Amino acid sequence: MRLHSILHRALLRLYPASFRAEYGDELSRIFAQRRRDASGVFDLLWLWPLEVADVVGNAAAVHWDLLRQDVRYGLRALRRAPGFALSVVLVVGIGVGATTSAFTIADHVLVRPLPFHEPDRLVKLWESPPGYSQMELSPPNYLDWKERARSFEGMAAYSPFSTNLVGQGEPRRLEGVVTSSELLEVLGVSPALGRSFAPEDDDVGAARTVILGFALWQDAFGGDAGVVGRTVLLDGEPHTVLGVMPRGFRFPSREVEYWSALRLDGDTSENASDRDNNWFNVVARLAPGVSLEAAREEMQAIAAQLEREHPVENASTGANVVALQDEVSAQSRLLLLVLAAAAACVLLLACTNLAGVLLARALQRRSELAVRAALGGGRERLVRQLLTESLMLAGAGGAVGVAIAGWAIPSLHRLVPQALPVAELPAIDARVLGLAALVTIATGLGFGVLPAVRAARGSVQGALRDGSRGGVGGRRERLRAALVAFQVGASVALLMTSGLLLRALVRVQSTDPGFETERIVGLRTWLPSPKYDATASRVQFYDRVIEEVRALPGVVEAGYVSFLPMVMGGGIWPVTIEGRPVDAEAPERAALRFATTGYFDAIGIPLLLGRGPQPSDGAESPRAAVVSESFARRYWPDADPIGRRFDLAFQERTVVGVVGDVRTRGLERVAEPQVYLPPAQVPDGGLPFYAPKDLVVRASTDPMALVPAIREIVRAVDPEQPVSDIRPLEDLLAENTAPRRLQASVLGAFAAIALLLATLGLHGLLSLAVSQRRQEIGVRVALGARRADVLAMVAREGALLVLTGMVLGVAGGLVAGRSMRALLAGVATADAAALASSIAIALVISLAGSLLPALRATRVDAAVTIREGS
Amino acid sequence: MADHSRSPETLLPLPAATFHILMALAEEERHGYAVIQDVEARTRGALRLSAGTVYRSIQRMLEQGLIVESDERPAPELDDERRRYYRITPFGADVARAEAARLSELIRLARARGLAPGRA
Repeated sequence: MRLHSILHRALLRLYPASFRAEYGDELSRIFAQRRRDASGVFDLLWLWPLEVADVVGNAAAVHWDLLRQDVRYGLRALRRAPGFALSVVLVVGIGVGATTSAFTIADHVLVRPLPFHEPDRLVKLWESPPGYSQMELSPPNYLDWKERARSFEGMAAYSPFSTNLVGQGEPRRLEGVVTSSELLEVLGVSPALGRSFAPEDDDVGAARTVILGFALWQDAFGGDAGVVGRTVLLDGEPHTVLGVMPRGFRFPSREVEYWSALRLDGDTSENASDRDNNWFNVVARLAPGVSLEAAREEMQAIAAQLEREHPVENASTGANVVALQDEVSAQSRLLLLVLAAAAACVLLLACTNLAGVLLARALQRRSELAVRAALGGGRERLVRQLLTESLMLAGAGGAVGVAIAGWAIPSLHRLVPQALPVAELPAIDARVLGLAALVTIATGLGFGVLPAVRAARGSVQGALRDGSRGGVGGRRERLRAALVAFQVGASVALLMTSGLLLRALVRVQSTDPGFETERIVGLRTWLPSPKYDATASRVQFYDRVIEEVRALPGVVEAGYVSFLPMVMGGGIWPVTIEGRPVDAEAPERAALRFATTGYFDAIGIPLLLGRGPQPSDGAESPRAAVVSESFARRYWPDADPIGRRFDLAFQERTVVGVVGDVRTRGLERVAEPQVYLPPAQVPDGGLPFYAPKDLVVRASTDPMALVPAIREIVRAVDPEQPVSDIRPLEDLLAENTAPRRLQASVLGAFAAIALLLATLGLHGLLSLAVSQRRQEIGVRVALGARRADVLAMVAREGALLVLTGMVLGVAGGLVAGRSMRALLAGVATADAAALASSIAIALVISLAGSLLPALRATRVDAAVTIREGS
Repeated sequence: MADHSRSPETLLPLPAATFHILMALAEEERHGYAVIQDVEARTRGALRLSAGTVYRSIQRMLEQGLIVESDERPAPELDDERRRYYRITPFGADVARAEAARLSELIRLARARGLAPGRA
């Protein structure tokens, strides 16, 4: 008998405690009655399953009823305190949203494994000639490396390439790569349709083959599965379509639209046999069990071997092996880490702010809760109620957070480097979102439910007697003060770091790029090979286009160049200066470009000495070269450079002019000296990659308005020639600093949020303190305190907190600034201006946060408050 | 908690258990077990409410103001003083009447279609 009733008591624990307290005895009694009424063993046994089903079903229903009641009550309570509800939802939303978006992007770029088979075994191989840690390989070195290395399961070479696709609608420019046949095998990816490259496709005499990217297949071929086996014209050459890659396959970067076979085997052309012509990117898969370090060691040994065998071309040329995952530049890595740290800071701030708000509310509601507890609600009902309220707020805040993240992530896409084989935009990361939600919910519970429960458990009479005054635990007030000081500190630290980044941005933006951008547009016409292999045919194209563009009304000047500055930073060649010894440790290098007449004037690169390229620099005339100022200064510092000679790209050149330097590698890097050659002075089929392709047009009005007319001119000259990459040069420059600008503004926004939170926190704390001390203030006023005294008393409290926070914040800001020095473009980490402005802003916070409460304190009417208190 | 200004119709249709409990209490004050027995007897054993259902309904009916816990105890010889007795409120009676009217209207409609015994 006893066993039955103990078991039944245990079963009843499924009901909420309040229900059990009310009806538990009755339920037990009825069950006992039923047992007594049961006739026979079977009835008795049958009683239990029935009872279990009854309790389980009804307990669930009672819980549900309570939840509905709590939600209703919670909604009512929150509607009565809309400011509180709104601020909690916003604070949680901002914290969750900022953290989720920043971590999602950082995770996408830095952490998430690349979308290939066993990505941690994929590496990139680089040569490291003097002065460079990572340079592409020359084809002969690649072949030697590949033959000798034992650390790898597979190795593939590829090089970015772009072609004109003709015959599928409008002629269009495609970005692609040429690759050795092993690439897809090394990555461990197969085409979704058709087949991959076979080793035979690599023979120099093999038919040209191409594998289409998913997007190109959809766009240009309408997703037609029959495209496999068909022939398409790329740069006028028939290519057989071998297959189509699956959606989401991107390699080496997300811009690549197709892959075509390199056809290297047996190639003896200059392009394939010159050990000084570095144009192969190499990706390899580590053999099972081989570590990155072991592979690096082996490659360095092989490079040393090759240096002995080819002492001139491979002088001091080492090897470097880098995990494919780590291909992200150090700067974008740091950029993202700073962002993530700032986001974590915002989450922390949001949580402390939330804690402060909830503590204050718990104090305010102390009497209400005590009344409820006294009315027999019981502690369990109270906890359930507060839990429901906290979860409602957290849920609403989380929803706001998701909305914020959904809105913010797309606008952060510039922080995902172009050169990564990952999607441009990550999806909101559910794990990160969950974690952020968890942290805020934990904060909500910790600071919302516990203090309230403790308050309610404490003497009910005490709370009731305290009434509207609300009991103030000194300890709790100190906790809130500490929270506010922390918020001030964090916002000062964020302010300082974003100030530093802003200064860095201004410094970078004020760097002279060496060319002008205003009212200048760039357009690309990449002339295909072999159609334009003959130099004369290319020159004819340039001459006609330039001549007709110049004739357009509104055009000031036009010219062609190999690559616009900053679009392509490479194209670096060794130079040999007449009469200057070759230093194998530090060979002389220069950036090679071809430029037509008009280019320098069109883009605003100043001519300092001599002349620019001229039509008279024909195929038969002496090899002319225009060099940049740094080139001239470096080699002939004290002499007239005009007429001097040097060797570059297989020929001797004579300096005919000197122009200003250009930051070809972007604003933040000093570029190699530049050499510009006349386009006519190159043998047929020579240096096809360097053939001029970027047309620069300077206008007297809006240059974009000229684009249709320019397109028309190109079409008239060659109807099959696509025009691509049309952009004002201002955009070019803006793109160069876009990640920086974005980062500075995101961090600035975080700092602003932090400031707002800190101000609100301070305001809340002081308001509560003033309302709790109304009587004391009233007494003081009655005793003759002046308004100014009262004002000073409240302001002093605020100032003390702000000062404490500021000291903490400045220290934190200095540490943060030091750790992100690489991003600061030379701005000192202890930048006086950034420091001073942060402190000034923090003072404004304290003023803003204390002003209203202090004014309210001065309006305390002595007579009224003292009467209230008695 | 109960809001007596509401019209009884807002609670309709009543859950079957609630209606039966109201009917059981309409006759006299009863405790939970007595309600169960009364319902069982009136329905000739067809409906046997479980204890959980009765007390869950009672809790909700108290909140809705349909019943109240009774302070008056029955005659001492009948009283089991550990038990809680419940009494129907005027509002509860109104609601029960409204439910009965709703049901008889339903029956009238069913009859008109020949779906229930008796004449329309």
